[in-house]
Amino acid sequence: MGNEGGSAWVFGENIDTDQLAPGGTLKSGIEVIASHCLGALSPDFAKRVRLGDFVVGGRNFGIGSSREQAAQALCHLGVAAVIAPSFGGIFYRNALNFGLLALVCPDAGSISQGDQLSVNPEKGSVQNLTRDEEYSCDTVPSHLMEIVSAGGLVPYLEANRR
Amino acid sequence: MGSTLAEKLISHAAGKEAVRPGETVTVRVDLAMMHDSSGPRRIAPILERLGAEVWDPDKIVLVSDHWVPAVDPQSAEILDITRRWARANNIKAFYDMVGICHVVLPQGGHLKPGMFVVGGDSHSTTGGAFGCYMFGIGATDMAGVLVTGETWIRVPDTIRVEWHGKLRPGVCAKDINLALCARLGLGGAEYRTVEYTGSLVDAMDMEERMTLCNMAAELGAQAGLIAADETTCDWIRATGSDPGDASPWQSDDDADYYATHSFNADELEPQVAAPHSPANAAPASKHSGVHIDQAYIGACTGAKLADLRMAADVLGGRQVASGTRLLVAPASRKDMMAANAEGTLTKLMEAGAIMMPTGCGACAGFGGGVLAEDEVCISSTSRNFQGRMGAQSAKVYLGSPYAVAAAAVAGEIRDPREFLQGA
Repeated sequence: MGNEGGSAWVFGENIDTDQLAPGGTLKSGIEVIASHCLGALSPDFAKRVRLGDFVVGGRNFGIGSSREQAAQALCHLGVAAVIAPSFGGIFYRNALNFGLLALVCPDAGSISQGDQLSVNPEKGSVQNLTRDEEYSCDTVPSHLMEIVSAGGLVPYLEANRR
Repeated sequence: MGSTLAEKLISHAAGKEAVRPGETVTVRVDLAMMHDSSGPRRIAPILERLGAEVWDPDKIVLVSDHWVPAVDPQSAEILDITRRWARANNIKAFYDMVGICHVVLPQGGHLKPGMFVVGGDSHSTTGGAFGCYMFGIGATDMAGVLVTGETWIRVPDTIRVEWHGKLRPGVCAKDINLALCARLGLGGAEYRTVEYTGSLVDAMDMEERMTLCNMAAELGAQAGLIAADETTCDWIRATGSDPGDASPWQSDDDADYYATHSFNADELEPQVAAPHSPANAAPASKHSGVHIDQAYIGACTGAKLADLRMAADVLGGRQVASGTRLLVAPASRKDMMAANAEGTLTKLMEAGAIMMPTGCGACAGFGGGVLAEDEVCISSTSRNFQGRMGAQSAKVYLGSPYAVAAAAVAGEIRDPREFLQGA
C-alpha cells in the first residue's frame, strides 16, 4: 500500500472541499470532478499526477463540506495517500471509506514538491527518499486500517456481510 | 469525574455506562438525514451492490434542497432519482423543495434532546442546538448507517465556549460565529465538540441557537451542542412533537473539558469576514466602503425567519442601491410563509429584493445567483472559500443579515448600526 514510492504534490493550509471537488462539477460523475480537483491551485495536477503519488497539505486538509467526492477524486486520480498535520474530520472519514490513506504527520511541512516518498501506516512513518529523512505520523487504528486495506467501506462491508 | 453533554449522548447511543475522549465506540443511530446531493444518487448504488435494504425507513429523513429547482437535465435527474428512491423505500419523511435540511429537520419535529443523529451534510452541527448529538458524514458512511443502523465514532474532547453579557442592537449570533472563527481559527476546534453555554446562550431563541451551532462546522468541530432547556422544549412542542425529558442531557458540573473559552458580548461589534475564509473576520467598519455587486441572504446559516426579520429591520422603508442587487432565498417554506404573513417579506420586496426559491442555492454555487469573475458579494451564508459561490476570482465577504442588508442599501460594506434605530 503506497510502499513503492511516489512523488509529492505539495499544497498549503486549509485545502477545502470546494478546491478538491468544486460545487459546479458535483452534478457530474467522478471523472469530470476529478479533472477539476485542485485545479484552481495547480492547473496541471489532475493531468500530471501519477498512480502512487502523494498529496501533501498543511493543516485542516479537506475542511468544509461533507461531499465525499473530495476524497474520491484523489482516489480516482491514483493518489496513494494524503499527508498533512491535520484533516477536516469529515474528509478524514470519507478518505478511509474510499480506501485512501489520510496520514496525520506533524512534519508534513518538511516535504517539498517532487520529493519521492513512501509510507508505512502500520509503523506510523513517512520516508522522504529524496532527502533521506523519516517523519513520524499517527498510525491508523487497526479497525480503520481493515477498511482501508479492503479498498474502502463498501468492499469491506461486501466481504464481511457474506 | 463527571461527563460532558457530548459524552453522555455518545455513551447512551453506544449502550455504555460512560465513555471517555479518545475511545472509539460503535453507536446506534436514532435518525439519519440525507439530502438530494449526498443522498439517494450516491447511496442507492452502494445499497444495490451490497444487496441491502434500509434498516428502518421511519428513521430516515430525506430533503431535496441542493439542486432545487432543477436548472438542467442533470439536476432534474438528481431530483428525480431522489423522489423515486423515497417512494421505493417507503420514506415518509421526504421533504421535496420545501426548505433546507438543517431547518426543515427541526421544523418537522424530528429532533429531540438525547438523540444520536447523523446528517449527510457538514452543517449537520446545526441539530446540536436541540440537545441531540448530530454530526455530518459522507455518503459512503451514510450507506453504512442505512444498512446497519450503526456507525463508529471516536469520542471527542469537548471545548466549552461560554458567552455572557448582552448583544447590542444590530449584533447577533452570526457575529459571534465570525468572531469565534477569527479567535479560534478555521478548523480551530480540530474535530472536537463545541458546547455553547452562558447566560447569553440561555437567553437566545432557537433560531439564533441554530445559527450558533451551524457554524461549529467552520470551527472544524464534529458537533456544536447546546443543552436543552425550556426554550428548546417549548419550540419542539410547537412543532407538534414531544421533547421528552431533557433533564438527563446536561453536562455535569465536574465534567472535564479540553478547554473553556469565556467571552462577554457587551462590546461585540457587527463582524464581516473578508475573502476567502470565515476566520478573516473583523469589525464591519474595517471593511467600510468596499463596493458590493451582490448581497445574498440565504442558507441554513442566514435565511431563517429571524434572519429575514433582521434584514427587514434595515431594509424597511429603504431601497437597494443602484449598481447592487439583493437576492433573498428563505431557508424554508415555513419561514417564507411566516415572513409573508407578518409583512417581513413585503419590506424586503419593496426595498428591491429579488426573491429566490427556498433551498441551498448560491451558497454552495448551485442554482441561481452565482457570481461572475471579479464580482464582489456579501453573504449571510457560512463559507466564503474561493470559487464556492461561482467564479474563481469572485470575492465573498460574510456578514450577518443586518450587515448584508446594510451593504445592499449602501452599495458598499457598512456597519449595519448606521441603519438601525437605537443601535
